[in-house]
Amino acid sequence: MDQAALKKLPRGWKSIPSDLNSDQTAFKGVNWGKAMMWIFLLSDTFIFSCFLLSYMTGRGSTVLPWPNPSKVFALDFMGVPVPLLLIAIMTFVLITSSGTMAMAVKYGYEKNRKLCGTFLLLTAIGGLTFVGMQAFEWSKLIFHEGVRPWSNPYGAPQFGSFFFMITGFHGTHVSIGVIFLFIFSRKVFKGDFDSGRKGYFTSMKSDYVAIEILGLYWHFVDLVWVFIFAFFYLW
Amino acid sequence: MSDEFDKKIEAKADTIVDAGSVPSGSVPGIDYVPAHERPDQELYHSHSWWTTYVFSQDAKYIGIQYAITAIGTGLIGLVLSWMMRLQLAFPGLGILEPSAYYQFITMHGMIMVIYLLTALFLGGFGNLLIPLMCGARDMAFPYLNMVSYWEFLLAVLILLSSFFVPGGPTGAGWTLYPPQAITSGTPGSSAGIVLMLISLCVFVAGFTMGGLNYIITMLQSRARGMTLMRLPLTCWGIFTATVLALLAFPALLVGCIMMTLDSLLGTSFFMPAMISMGEKLSYDGGSPLLFQHLFWFFGHPEVYIIALPAFGIISDLISVHARKNIFGYRMMVWAIVGIGALSFFVWAHHMYVSGMTPWFGYFFATTTLIIAVPTAIKVYNWVLTLWRGNIQLTLPMLFALAFIVTFVNGGLTGIFLGNVTVDVPLSDTYFVVAHFHMVMGIAPILVVFGAIYHWFPLITGRMLHEGIGRIHFWVTFLGSYAIYFPMHYQGFVGVPRRYFEIYDSPYITTSTLHLNVFITIAALIVGAAQLLFLFNLIYSARAGKKAEKNPWKANSLEWLTPEMPPGHGNFGKELPVVYRWAYDFNVPGADKDYIPQTVPPSEVRSAKVEKT
Ligand code: HEM
Ligand SMILES: [Cu+2]
Repeated sequence: MDQAALKKLPRGWKSIPSDLNSDQTAFKGVNWGKAMMWIFLLSDTFIFSCFLLSYMTGRGSTVLPWPNPSKVFALDFMGVPVPLLLIAIMTFVLITSSGTMAMAVKYGYEKNRKLCGTFLLLTAIGGLTFVGMQAFEWSKLIFHEGVRPWSNPYGAPQFGSFFFMITGFHGTHVSIGVIFLFIFSRKVFKGDFDSGRKGYFTSMKSDYVAIEILGLYWHFVDLVWVFIFAFFYLW
Repeated sequence: MSDEFDKKIEAKADTIVDAGSVPSGSVPGIDYVPAHERPDQELYHSHSWWTTYVFSQDAKYIGIQYAITAIGTGLIGLVLSWMMRLQLAFPGLGILEPSAYYQFITMHGMIMVIYLLTALFLGGFGNLLIPLMCGARDMAFPYLNMVSYWEFLLAVLILLSSFFVPGGPTGAGWTLYPPQAITSGTPGSSAGIVLMLISLCVFVAGFTMGGLNYIITMLQSRARGMTLMRLPLTCWGIFTATVLALLAFPALLVGCIMMTLDSLLGTSFFMPAMISMGEKLSYDGGSPLLFQHLFWFFGHPEVYIIALPAFGIISDLISVHARKNIFGYRMMVWAIVGIGALSFFVWAHHMYVSGMTPWFGYFFATTTLIIAVPTAIKVYNWVLTLWRGNIQLTLPMLFALAFIVTFVNGGLTGIFLGNVTVDVPLSDTYFVVAHFHMVMGIAPILVVFGAIYHWFPLITGRMLHEGIGRIHFWVTFLGSYAIYFPMHYQGFVGVPRRYFEIYDSPYITTSTLHLNVFITIAALIVGAAQLLFLFNLIYSARAGKKAEKNPWKANSLEWLTPEMPPGHGNFGKELPVVYRWAYDFNVPGADKDYIPQTVPPSEVRSAKVEKT
């Protein structure tokens, strides 16, 4: 739908019945891929909710004491164990990468290829740093502190089970996002989004909207991290 | 046409944003349709035999691939049920080992629910009908759609491969409850269960890809003039079921992942401290109830994932074959959506005897009974659609009528089971088996048959053989009752479910044993009738009577394509333009007894149509 026509549609609450009553599209002027990503994220929200709710019930119903997160996750800094140090940095990096992602979307729509690609690359590097630090944290827990998915020296075995499963599942999301960020930044630099080059298997034309869609995913993954952070490290 | 209607159209014409292209042959001022909102979809054009028929990106082919795979897997489920029935009827012959019986129950249940019915209704009919009924060229993301099918096939293959691993497939029951599912002593507790869990995860992933397609296509890719409230109810049923699936499968996925870890890594998500064969297992502190909650948070919506498409399809069949508009269309839509929403709040009615707090049970009994309200509305509306209709006793109509009866039957026993105090003595008896087979086994299967008889000409251009079809109908319909009616009685006298043999015992009446033989004979006959049906499919696809265009004189867009069966891109050069809902049958003042959705008001000026 062209912009002029879109502008004439009702705004605010009135737009809901008007759009739902209309023909052709229910979300006016919204790209298919973007609508799809929102619905996928809704489904993914249910996955993470199920994980976190299971974690809460698991933690609630186990008979052994739950390990103290500020001890388990502490990092030695100049000989002093500082609680939450690594996690704070990881969280900071990931949230910063959301910022660079937003910049990439903005420059994408401005058709500023160089800056768009650069910011995508920065986002990817942020994500990679996050995954790297997570790998570091995992190996520290596994090799130095003897935490295993099935047991740990501190108390309830469910601690390691839920921790590795949920952060692992989230880390996989981040990694998939990083892969796509690299692919997309390459495509931006090559100019695919300007020429509207068609996909190899699909007949879809490349469009800068794809960067916004990837951005939605990326922000979602960040948001989920905030919940994981709160439930694992602060509770 | 009434004056009022003219005015309404004029009023609408004022709101025209820009006139757009007026479709050819329409009269300006009367035949108003909004302008195109988006450019035509660009399709992937296949170049070789492989990309046309095998790795097809055309939703129609993908739908057929889904349907054939699902039906093929369903046949395995059917054969398993014969074996079980033979064992139950003649326990002395030793047809099945106890462990094999458990394995067959499990595989039969899971295959029927997930790999047959879910895949067939959503993957099969969804792919075939949604783009056609919405007036779209294809699904929104054809490539993703193709991947969805191949993942489904992969899931089926993983599932079936469990027959060939050491220990065989899992025998945990289709509910897969831990701790027994992964504890030695249960058949297939090591390799079988893991393959089942992995297969389910793959299925969920594949389904998500397809499901996103169905939703986006229906929301964002409809024809000009096609409002949501003009869509056939089939679309609404499949759409709502897909939304349910996208929100319910996550719980299954999470449960499967956690149980896989319990089994492979020795975590204790679901596993409490246990002693097995005199040895303390390494598990400690997990919660088996948690799995039940996750499973049924998926499991109950799953019932409606199967039922809602069936509701939608049956509404269309009844309306077309009774030549009458569907009674209370909007009510039907809201009932579908309402049932879908409510279905997320009833899951623990499967857990009355699980040891969860009984207070929970009363909450869930209440919500369960509330769901009966929109469901009953739907049944009334079907009956009212038939009332004073011009009922054609065609094969689809016969199956539709059989569905209504069967669904009411299963629904009534559901009211018994929904109440905690009534359920407690009945749970885990054959009454439950009878109930769920009626409501989610036979009833949806009848819809599947009705739908195949109805849409077969659309797919192949030929009609299914009528005579064979009638034999198939009567044997299936009456036979199902011969199978399942006696089971209600068996349930009342306390025959337990999931037992591999019932011997004469003081607790169980002798009549049960005779009935078991009777039921088995009926099951074998019903099964044989399905072979007849398969023969009919193959025979008619090759040599059946050629179907004329729009053989049932229906109104919806799938029948209005330039060619039948529809070609690549569905609608030829120009996409259809829609002026009305799909139910304008026997409109007073019209010269024919049906007005297809694409007929503009100017052509049927004298008809007193409903405003849609
Ligand atoms: C004529 C066709 C069918 C026959 C003869 C049949 C027979 C059976 C038998 C003998 C059992 C085991 C009962 C027990 O020992 O507890 C069973 C269980 C089951 N069937 Fe069917 N069935 C048929 C069709 C279907 C269909 C179409 C569905 C689809 C929903 C279905 C779903 C199930 C389920 C979910 C179970 C429970 C499995 C479990 O207890 O874990 N069946 N069936
Ligand atoms: Cu239920």
